[in-house]
Amino acid sequence: MNAVLQAQGLGRKYGRRWALRECTIDLPAGHVVGLVGPNGAGKTTLLKLASGQLEPTAGTITVLGGRPAGGPPQLARVGFVAQDTPVYAGLSVADHLRLGERLNLRWDAAMARDRIATLGLDPAQRAGRLSGGQRAQLALTLGLAKRPELLLLDEPVASLDPLARREFLQGLMEATAEHEFSVVLSSHLVSDLERVCDFLIVLVDSRVRIAGEVDRLLATHYRLTGARRDPDRLPADQHVVCARHTARQSTYVVRTDGPIHDPAWTVTRLGLEDLVLAYMDQDTVDRRAALEVRR
Amino acid sequence: MIWLTWRQFRGSAATTAALLVVLAVVLALTGPRLAADYSAGIAACTQDGTCDRFYDRFFGGHETPFVGLTLVVLLLPALAGLFWGAPLISRELEAGTHLMVWNQSITRSRWLAVKLGLMGLTAATFAGLCGLMVTWWSDPLDKSAAENLALMAPLVFGARGIAPMGYAAFTFVLGVTAGMLVRRTLPAMALTLAVFAAFQLAMPLLVRPHLMPPITSTFELGKTNVDSIGINRDQGGFVQILLKSAVPGHGGAWVLSADLVDASGRTVGTGGEGAVRISTTSGPCAPSAAGGDRCIAEINRLGYRQQATYQPLERFWPFQWIETGIYALLTLGLSWLCFWWIRRRLS
Repeated sequence: MNAVLQAQGLGRKYGRRWALRECTIDLPAGHVVGLVGPNGAGKTTLLKLASGQLEPTAGTITVLGGRPAGGPPQLARVGFVAQDTPVYAGLSVADHLRLGERLNLRWDAAMARDRIATLGLDPAQRAGRLSGGQRAQLALTLGLAKRPELLLLDEPVASLDPLARREFLQGLMEATAEHEFSVVLSSHLVSDLERVCDFLIVLVDSRVRIAGEVDRLLATHYRLTGARRDPDRLPADQHVVCARHTARQSTYVVRTDGPIHDPAWTVTRLGLEDLVLAYMDQDTVDRRAALEVRR
Repeated sequence: MIWLTWRQFRGSAATTAALLVVLAVVLALTGPRLAADYSAGIAACTQDGTCDRFYDRFFGGHETPFVGLTLVVLLLPALAGLFWGAPLISRELEAGTHLMVWNQSITRSRWLAVKLGLMGLTAATFAGLCGLMVTWWSDPLDKSAAENLALMAPLVFGARGIAPMGYAAFTFVLGVTAGMLVRRTLPAMALTLAVFAAFQLAMPLLVRPHLMPPITSTFELGKTNVDSIGINRDQGGFVQILLKSAVPGHGGAWVLSADLVDASGRTVGTGGEGAVRISTTSGPCAPSAAGGDRCIAEINRLGYRQQATYQPLERFWPFQWIETGIYALLTLGLSWLCFWWIRRRLS
């Protein structure tokens, strides 16, 4: 399949701080991609670069083969629901649908109306008076009715309660099933993404740690527990993601394509959350080490 | 896009339009009577030559609405900049809605073009209408005003004719630019007001006097250009003359500077004030001589003159066009900056 998003050495600086750097990814079409990382890791920056809201400082990015926000046709192909799902507080729900209809090249008016009706939103109500969940649903409706080939969602559920979260993600899943399009969805909580994503990008400290299909990630990561051992005594095809040592015991999270034969290890599979945490942990370990060296 | 602009703008546009209609009705009801009073008064005063007194009385009787309307026209452009211009982009940025609207299938340039075009034209039209209405209404008062509130006077000039249109368009785009650069509404409004005020001060002080080369000429002293004379008997006697900012034969001229010069053309005194050496113990300037008229005639005979640099009233409309043109160019320049910035630099 062709790529929906290709980035080559992509970087973006705010002042002197890199919000995202050396980002090289290739997202195949037809996936629901989860973009996960701690706050301030660069998720929003990456999505804004993909939607054309930001220009890159370094590297290149192509979305669906075109330059982000390169003109009305490109804008029409990419939907973007920004963080905190902004809508015009003074305009009514119906006004927002009209806005979408007037400002878009293709617009699925019937779908938008149906969605609003199914959600039980009053078209005459001002968007400023909607609850957080309703507002997010309205913003998602605007994004969906555009009938994009790629929909970017930046922390759409961050401010929602658990029930609204589930409804939102369910609505998104139904839409992806009905109209085939790709989704990139960011969150700092893996639990949000676990249910819906089949592709994962872990972004930590403005760098991409790992990107891949969820099934494949789960199949290639193991936790090894056993007697204390130095990392350089592990086989060469096992990449250490994170390591912890006590006086007698070592715990490693490794990535490997091959099976693990060493009987000294207790081998366990990782859940998605543990996997992501392992990558984040690696970062904190690195940072702690750097601090100790400085002392 | 036009629909969205109208949908978001119609509330404040309708309110402003309603206020303008109220103003128009009030002016239309009172204007004709004002004009009739004026022509009746002029007809009466030309017979007995008391027109100076009539002007003072007539203007004094309507000074409050005159000053009030002038201020309204002067402030209207500032309001367009503060409440329409400054929030245009900064409020989108504050609420994050730019991320929503700029991701519909419409480029930011087009979004900005429609917003700037429609709202800027509305602002200019409203200010222009208001300016022309007030110009029509206050015409009799402008004719009777003293020189410091005449049509060419700095304060009044900007509130008459077509200049308000230029100011409004400029201030609106200035507000948009400030909002885009500062990215927050309140500081953008403050900045807009400060820059607009600076322009409104700099224009009459530095630019407007030189829009056309001013005329410099000398005039005999007389009632029109002498404010007061003070007869002083100390130091061998001299007469202190204080000149008015007016020149005889060119009513309503904007006098940029006026000095007293002697027969050889040298300036006497400074800032429209000068002392003339003349006997104050005998002759026409002695206290025994009745009235100052003969004293002034004697001073004229000795060759003292008023030398004034001024812009005559006939240049009112040329100046209006030139100044509006300057503001139109400034508006275009700022608009270009807005388009460049929104494409290249913003977010």
